[in-house]
Amino acid sequence: MTDLTLPDSLVGVELVRSVRTPARLEFTYTAGLATTRFLQGLAEGKILGERAPGGKVYVPSRGADPQLGVPTTEPVDLPHTGTLVSFCVVNVAFYGQGMEIPYTSGLILLDGSDLPLMHLIQECSVDDVHIGMRVEAVWVDEADLGPTLESIRYFRPNGEPDVLVNQPGAGVTW
Amino acid sequence: MRDVAVIAFAQMPSVRAETVLNDVEMLMPVIQDVRRRAGLDQQQIGFTCSGSTDYLSGQAFSFVSTLDGVGPWPPIQESHVEMDGAWALYEAWVKLQLGELDTALVYCYGKSAPGPIHEVLSRQLDPYHVAPLWPDAVSLAALQARSMLDAGKATEAQFAEVVARSRRNALNNPNAQLAWDRSAADLLAEEPMVDPLRMSDCPPISDGASAVILAAGDRARELCSRPAWIRGIDHRIEPMALGLRDLTVSASTRLAGEKAGIGDAPVDVAELHAPFSPQELILREALGLGEHANVNPSGGALAANPVMVAGLTRIGEVAQRIIDGTASRGVAHATSGPCLQQNLVCVMEGEG
Repeated sequence: MTDLTLPDSLVGVELVRSVRTPARLEFTYTAGLATTRFLQGLAEGKILGERAPGGKVYVPSRGADPQLGVPTTEPVDLPHTGTLVSFCVVNVAFYGQGMEIPYTSGLILLDGSDLPLMHLIQECSVDDVHIGMRVEAVWVDEADLGPTLESIRYFRPNGEPDVLVNQPGAGVTW
Repeated sequence: MRDVAVIAFAQMPSVRAETVLNDVEMLMPVIQDVRRRAGLDQQQIGFTCSGSTDYLSGQAFSFVSTLDGVGPWPPIQESHVEMDGAWALYEAWVKLQLGELDTALVYCYGKSAPGPIHEVLSRQLDPYHVAPLWPDAVSLAALQARSMLDAGKATEAQFAEVVARSRRNALNNPNAQLAWDRSAADLLAEEPMVDPLRMSDCPPISDGASAVILAAGDRARELCSRPAWIRGIDHRIEPMALGLRDLTVSASTRLAGEKAGIGDAPVDVAELHAPFSPQELILREALGLGEHANVNPSGGALAANPVMVAGLTRIGEVAQRIIDGTASRGVAHATSGPCLQQNLVCVMEGEG
């Protein structure tokens, strides 16, 4: 700023240091066929994965099998139990945060699924949560079910013995 | 330079709003169609490049997530640009020039319906001095139209003639969204919507997708009996600030056209990406296309204007006519940015 030469009319005028330019755009989101099926399943108390013929089971599916590049056409009604394959303890408040910190979010590989589902892990202290922990879904009351992942309140440990989870990259073939 | 050709083209019919299928569900059939036309599966394709933008959907990472529809496993060589698919094609063309790969899949898609598209496009303008005024895309095009009229370079009747011809041509295009047969005189009787533009001077709001397969040298000849050889391709950009350029001409289109070799021989067909009718007149002048030139037989962007797609579709429409044998040499143009800020010109030719 020291090398700036101002026109006479601006000499002595307070310099502008920042500008606030609010922007807001509203979008109408189309869930698509696959996400619609998944959300409708939740409203019925089901966790529906999908697969393409010969493909892996994805939950939630967005409509395409990412390995085969074809639509996922077969629904798979998945059990509500699974293994925690990763987790994160959130200690830092952020904009829009709804949960009291610290809290745990985790990736749950439901039994029979090939893609982990992200959700909250509760009824478990942040010191006890660990990879390989067996968990089960805790749902809202039947009257409160809706087409939203919030139909599941959280996942909690179900007391089964731990499962050994493969390290990333192990067993991957191409 | 390596000879590279368009050997296949596919598109979906553009629609006002695709409210049932999500982006990847909408796009997947187009990718499958273009690969089928080329007789290639994904693992046989050397390079994949795509064009779209998250600003259309309002969701971060939505663009890259549509790679699921390509089936990128085992891992593929891939790139993508926050641009119309025409620029993804340019990158793929450059990639093939390096000589290591012989084929490329280029795809693009976009839904203009989910958000307020004319305001969404204002986010690409100068963030300090222009974007905070929220100048919508139609108003900016109207500024350009007003410049044309005041400079005596065109009349509103000429705008209407572009509209009438484009939408009449679109009646022959099963993928067009807006097609009708009305006279320029009828159109002139409409009240201006954003003066001096009438609603008919403006493009429809479109959701759509298209894709192209490129192949080099002998690989193109193996896969296609009459490849649309890219004889020249070039793109140029002008300053973003509207006050820094003459809006009644397109210097970047003229220069890109020269570099692409449009003047080397007559063209049978020209597909120009002119979303607003006055822009077609500017582009014709820049590319030296006279009043008898066969411009936008597809109906052009006035018939269907899926943002991020309409430019690649112009290239595809010319290429398909060459592949089919109904054209020998053609020029396709794509644009990006407000009031024809950035322009790409692609000259293609069939052999024999």
